[in-house]
Amino acid sequence: MFRMAAIGILAIGTATGALAEVAPDDILWQEDGSIAQSLTGTPGSAEEGERVMTTNALGNCVACHTIATMPDVPFQGTIAPELAGAAGRWTEAQLRGILVDAKRTFPDSFMPGMYKVGPFIRPGVAYTGAAPASPDDIEPVLTAAQVEDVLAYLMTLTE
Amino acid sequence: MLLHRSLKTTTAAAAAALILATGTVLADPVTDDELVVNGELELATEAEPAAHLDGALGDRIYSGWRFRDTETRAMQKDDFDNPMFLFVDAGLEAWDTAEGTEGKSCADCHGAIEDSMKGLRASLPKVTDKGELWSLENFVNDCRETRMGAEAWGWNSQQMKNMTAAIGLQSRGMPVDVAVDGPAAPFWEKGKEMYYTRFGQLEMSCANCHEDNYGNYIRSDHLSQGQINGFPLYRLKDQGPVSIHQRFVGCVRDTRGETFQAGSQEFRELELYVASRGAGLPVETPAVRH
Ligand code: HEC
Ligand code: HEC
Repeated sequence: MFRMAAIGILAIGTATGALAEVAPDDILWQEDGSIAQSLTGTPGSAEEGERVMTTNALGNCVACHTIATMPDVPFQGTIAPELAGAAGRWTEAQLRGILVDAKRTFPDSFMPGMYKVGPFIRPGVAYTGAAPASPDDIEPVLTAAQVEDVLAYLMTLTE
Repeated sequence: MLLHRSLKTTTAAAAAALILATGTVLADPVTDDELVVNGELELATEAEPAAHLDGALGDRIYSGWRFRDTETRAMQKDDFDNPMFLFVDAGLEAWDTAEGTEGKSCADCHGAIEDSMKGLRASLPKVTDKGELWSLENFVNDCRETRMGAEAWGWNSQQMKNMTAAIGLQSRGMPVDVAVDGPAAPFWEKGKEMYYTRFGQLEMSCANCHEDNYGNYIRSDHLSQGQINGFPLYRLKDQGPVSIHQRFVGCVRDTRGETFQAGSQEFRELELYVASRGAGLPVETPAVRH
C-alpha cells in the first residue's frame, strides 16, 4: 500500500526527499522485527550517523551503549551491549528494525524506538514535560534520513 | 535465529569493557567510604530491604550518596560544607516567625522544632483522619491556611523547601518507616503501579533505571536506586535545593513524557511507594547530590 503511494508521488515528479519517506505508521514489518526497505530510498551517510549517535538531543546512543569505535567520545554508557561488530551479528534489515522500534526484536527492551510515534503512555512534546496539543505533535526521536544515516554507520561495524 | 543477549550478560560485558579501558571498576555503589556527619553522627548508607519489596532490589538497599563522587560525598559529611544549611537556617527562622491573620508562628503551637518535629519526616507521606494521603508540604500548608490565616506556599517554593529541610533535619538518622498497610494500602498499590509504568515516548519506567540498572552509567550519570531519604537535598547541577516531587518531574520529563504536577495525587502516591522502597535507610535530610 505504502509503496504504491510513494511510487505515485515519485511518478508525478514533485517528490521532495521528505515526501518519499516511509511514515512510521506505514512501515512494512517482517515477523522477526526487521524492515527490508529503506525508509528514504537513499543510502545514508555514516559520517552523519556518527554525529546523530553521539548527540544528546538526537540518537544519544552512547548514553546507554559503549561504542569502542568511538574512543574519543567520553562517558559512554554501560547499560546496553557494545556495538562493535553489530553488522556481523545482524543483517541490515534487522538493524533497521532495531533502530525503528527495538521492542519488535527484543520484547520489553529498554531501548527506545527511534522512529516510532505511538502508542505511548503520557507522551510529552520532546523534553518539555508538556502534553501534545494533538497526537500529531509527537515527532519521532529521529527522522527517516537520520535512521538511515545511523544504519550506514552501524553497517561499518563489521568486526 | 536472533541473538538475544540478556541485560545481565550485557551489563557484565560492558563493565568488563570498562575495566579493560580504565583499569578500575566504575560501577556499583562505593564501598570504601562511610557517611559520618560532623565527625560524630554515623548514618548507615545501606540496609536490609523491607519485606514488602519482595526482593525487587536484591538483598541490599543503598542511599544515593553511595553513587556520587568523592567531592559530593564529602560535602554531606560536614554541615558547614553542606550548602543546604543556608536553607535550613532560613526554615528555622520562619518556624519562629509569626504570620497571617492569627499572628501566630509555628513555634506558638508546636514549641521547639527539635522536639515536636522529631521523627515526622521518617513517617511521611501518610494517611490523615480524613482518609487523604498527605506529604510534608500538605501538613505545612494546612497549618498556614487553617491555623495561621496565612497564604499557602507553592509546593516547590523556596520557603517551602526551607521549611521541609528544617523539619526533615529533625529526623536525621532515624530509619524511614512509612505505613504501607491499612488505609495506606490502596495508595501504595497505585504508587507501585506507577513505578513500573513505562511513561513517555522513550517508554521508560522508574524501575528501568533505578531497579534494573542502578550501578550502571547512563552517559556520565551513575544510576542510583532513586531513594528519597535525603530530600529536600542540594543539587549541585541546579545550584539549589530540590524537592521530592521536583525530582520526579525531572525524571518523567526525561522519558519524553507528560509529567504530573508537583503535589498531585499521583506524585503523592508515587512518593509513598518510593519512600517504602527505602524503608530502613536513615533519613539523610538535607543531602547533597549532583
Ligand atoms: C536507553 C538505552 C538505549 C539507547 C538510548 C539506545 N539503545 Fe540500543 N540497546 C539497548 C539495550 C538495553 C539493548 C539490548 C537489547 C535488549 O534490550 O535486550 C540494545 C540493543 C541494540 C543493538 C543490538 C545489540 C548488538 O549489538 O547485538 C543495536 C545494534 C543497538 N542497540 C543500536 C543502538 C543505536 C544505534 C542507538 C542510537 C540511535 C541505540 N541503540 C540507543 C539500549 C539502548
Ligand atoms: C532514563 C533514566 C531514568 C528514569 C526512567 C528515571 N530516573 Fe530517576 N534518576 C535518573 C538519573 C540519571 C538520576 C541521577 C543519578 C541518580 O541518583 O540515580 C536520577 C535520580 C533520581 C532520584 C534522586 C536520588 C538521589 O539520591 O538523589 C530519585 C528520587 C529518582 N531519580 C526517582 C525516580 C522516579 C520515581 C522515577 C519514575 C517516575 C525515575 N526516577 C525515573 C534517571 C532516571
